[in-house]
Amino acid sequence: MMLGKIWAVFRKDLLIELRTKDSLNAMLFFGVVVLVVFNFALEAVRDSIRAAVPGVLWVAFAFAGTLGLNRIFAAEKDNNCLQGLLMIPVDRGVIYLGKMLAATVFMLVSEGVIFVLTLVFFNLTVWREVPYLVLVFCVGTVGFTAVGTLLAAVAANTRMREVLLPLILFPVVVPILINAVEATAIILNTVDYRVLRQPLTIMTVFAIVFSTLSYLFFEYVLEE
Amino acid sequence: MKDRGEGTFDAVLGAAVAAGMVLALYMAFLVAPRERTMGDLQRIFYFHVPAGITGLTAFAFNFVASVMFLVRRKHRWDALALASAEVGVMLFSIVLVTGPIWAKPAWFVWWTWSPRLTSSLVLWMLYVAYLLVRNYVSDPERRAQMSAVFAIVAFADAPIVWFSIRWWRDQHPSPMLETGGLSPAMWPAFAICWAVFQLLMIYLVRRRAALEGVRHDLDELMRSAERSA
Repeated sequence: MMLGKIWAVFRKDLLIELRTKDSLNAMLFFGVVVLVVFNFALEAVRDSIRAAVPGVLWVAFAFAGTLGLNRIFAAEKDNNCLQGLLMIPVDRGVIYLGKMLAATVFMLVSEGVIFVLTLVFFNLTVWREVPYLVLVFCVGTVGFTAVGTLLAAVAANTRMREVLLPLILFPVVVPILINAVEATAIILNTVDYRVLRQPLTIMTVFAIVFSTLSYLFFEYVLEE
Repeated sequence: MKDRGEGTFDAVLGAAVAAGMVLALYMAFLVAPRERTMGDLQRIFYFHVPAGITGLTAFAFNFVASVMFLVRRKHRWDALALASAEVGVMLFSIVLVTGPIWAKPAWFVWWTWSPRLTSSLVLWMLYVAYLLVRNYVSDPERRAQMSAVFAIVAFADAPIVWFSIRWWRDQHPSPMLETGGLSPAMWPAFAICWAVFQLLMIYLVRRRAALEGVRHDLDELMRSAERSA
């Protein structure tokens, strides 16, 4: 029952995105820009570039993700769409879960593209590492969007809108960024993957805590 | 409309804090013994640590007040949340300024990304972000609601920040000097400084919340004047 409603909200956002491609275009291009900028910024450590790749990746992911999260409510503000959304006779938590799912999918798609470009730009070869990387990207992204969707709704209520989101989101997602970078570094630069458990555990706890809190408190931040 | 002038309690509390500050300075600089290895440098500890603990108390107040606002919907809880966040940020700013002043001569660096330093900085950032949210919402009711939700998120985040930074940094040894317990001769000065900081925090929070109450009343008056005009 509830899954169907979540799916309906998700499908709506997905359809809009597939037709306009507003968010994904911006996210992908911004990801590429960040990678190129980093390439110049890291000129001095060219020899040990492999150690810098996890950080570069997650900064690009976080920036692209913030763009996507901003759009997810900004789009509703145009043409009073938010009012229509609020008139759906469902719990506000359902709207949260649908929106969060959409944000997660957009972010994962752009992460895939950014990751492949990173392999090219930084001359890396990965095969065996891919399934582990996918796992870390998924858990980290869910944690990021779990709290990001709530804070995007908060930011949409302010005068600063898009400008405010990164300012309030990045301090909150510090645990995700730290552990995702750590986990990615373990995968890319070491052979013993048993130590992955620790960062993955913290990210999972983060995702569970903040998706629950956001589900519960979403009704307070979603207002016309 | 309630009179929000300074009551007897606040007047007494304010005088006690003022007297306590003089006593705290006396204790920290003249009564407490000189530390054996660090010398007088160690005396900054009497301000650094109490400010940190008191700042954490203020953030806990902010959390309780924010939850109470969402439950009760009374403006005074929102005013209390704002006041305790502002005072908490101020106290943590003291922590973040006195820390490097001590660290440069003691560790030979201003800053190191050790667990305590990193989590204190992130905590400070979380509550600056809270104040930013408040700053950019014009409607009072909406501002109270948005910031209460953000306060709960920030408070839930703090322990996760602490654990992830501690676990992550454990793999890399940090240059932090681990000292033993506090010498008994230093306890009186420390306890008095701590008590004065707590009282100062309570005094400032009360005055700031009262000021916010006045501002709220004024807003209401202006609005009702506009309606009748």
